[in-house]
Amino acid sequence: MSRSAGQPQPAPEFRAPIAAVLTERGGQVLDGWVERSALLTSSSGADDLRRDGGAVLDALRAALGESGDELDLGAVSRLLSDFSARRTRSGDRPAQTAGAVLALREALLAELAVTGDPEDRFTVAREAGRIVDQLALGSFDAFLAGREEVITQQGEQPLELSTPVVRVWDRVVAAPLVGTLDSARAQVVMESLLQAIADDGALVAILDITGVPTVDTLVAQHLLKTVAATRLMGADCIVSGIAPQTAQTMVQLGIDLSEVTTRASLADALAMAIARVGAHAAQSARA
Amino acid sequence: MATVDPPETVPLDGSDDVIRARHRVRDRAAALGFDLVAQTKLVTATSELARNTHLHGGGGELTITEVEDAGRRGLRLEFTDTGPGIADVELALTDGWTSSGGLGLGLSGTRRLVDRFVRSHPQRRPEQLRVD
Amino acid sequence: MTAVPVVRMRDALVAAMQEDIDDRTALELADRLAGEVAAHGARLVLLDVSAAQVVDSFISRVIVAIARVCRLLGAQVTVVGIRPAVAITLVELGLSLDGVRTALTIDDALTALGNGASGDG
Repeated sequence: MSRSAGQPQPAPEFRAPIAAVLTERGGQVLDGWVERSALLTSSSGADDLRRDGGAVLDALRAALGESGDELDLGAVSRLLSDFSARRTRSGDRPAQTAGAVLALREALLAELAVTGDPEDRFTVAREAGRIVDQLALGSFDAFLAGREEVITQQGEQPLELSTPVVRVWDRVVAAPLVGTLDSARAQVVMESLLQAIADDGALVAILDITGVPTVDTLVAQHLLKTVAATRLMGADCIVSGIAPQTAQTMVQLGIDLSEVTTRASLADALAMAIARVGAHAAQSARA
Repeated sequence: MATVDPPETVPLDGSDDVIRARHRVRDRAAALGFDLVAQTKLVTATSELARNTHLHGGGGELTITEVEDAGRRGLRLEFTDTGPGIADVELALTDGWTSSGGLGLGLSGTRRLVDRFVRSHPQRRPEQLRVD
Repeated sequence: MTAVPVVRMRDALVAAMQEDIDDRTALELADRLAGEVAAHGARLVLLDVSAAQVVDSFISRVIVAIARVCRLLGAQVTVVGIRPAVAITLVELGLSLDGVRTALTIDDALTALGNGASGDG
């Protein structure tokens, strides 16, 4: 954001001294900024800042040099926002990102303290502080946006990691499911299993639900869909690990598994799968 | 839900238009970063509905709009036809019902492929099916 | 749109569908396969859909029709290479290609049918 309504604007007469510090002691301001920021961020953050900080200071100096009643910090804000977003995507915590921007305040004030007219120092410092505050608020918006992005991406990862599909034998893949199976997870399982069949050239896929405590109608529907999809890909699908209780529940719910090959345990399913692959290999040898 | 960019229109008057509609939807979905499964579902749904519009709707058009909802980007597909429409909506949406051989499972199955399926003004023209 | 290429391998016919196939081409393929099976006494028909990114209800119906017609003419039909995304979409659409054999590769299809053993479908 370039300016916020109601935020006190630095009085025009104090822009010049601040701009002067940036012109004459820009290098020291940048050094001080990087130094203070390094205390709060990782070393890669400090390198980024050294590289990008100069541009921010240049933009700030340019903004201060413009005439007009209102100070337009749009360009500076954008540069800081980009920097913040990049740091967030690199994994910086909130305090680190905010700290990098606030470190500018300290660095700028430190230089202002030793330059210019001593009479005005307090006022100039206060005005400089206001400018940086505005910039900090703007960069916080960017931080939030960057975090949203990271959360969304990370939100998708754990599902995949927690539903691994394993190649248990030549041309046999298995998905041992553990925990509750909601729609989202069931979808991921189906996609992972099918992709594994394609990648592995599997003839048999085993869906093991030993570790799934409850199988309701919804879960059963997902299982049936997965079985149907694996069949379309030319693979047999064996569902293993149906507990007696679960079997009774499914019958009561009217879930029809008559078309589905089932085995009590993963071991039984594996034995069946191995036999199937063996038979296929034998046929292939005869051809 | 906010819209992003002006909508794109694809006519659905000839059989070639069904293919073109598939391609446009695929390109737009891919550009938005839809994963392969989502792309396939959306393009297949497009194929179903575009064919319906062309064969049973007396022709019409597909409007593709990029939309945004709580930070997530999506596609809104609107199929508008100029024909007599399907008189009995409920019947048409039951699996297995066929009208002149082309409809069948397409319509009812299609709603499972998409996040949102809206059928508006079935008794009036033009019909619009929104697929997000 | 170009017609689907059909290749004859001994007493098998292999039709490799392209990425995007329109209704007319699908129907034309159905006719041509029926003709070829009858003309050459083919025993196997392999429909390779590994390049197909979209298999909708119409194409599904054509595939099922091809299977039925060819069976009447003495040939077994196997659909080969349905992609994972296509399989998921077909299942969601409620299309299971009932009664049609499927296989991951042409090799598997030939093995499964070689001895008249049971395939999938």
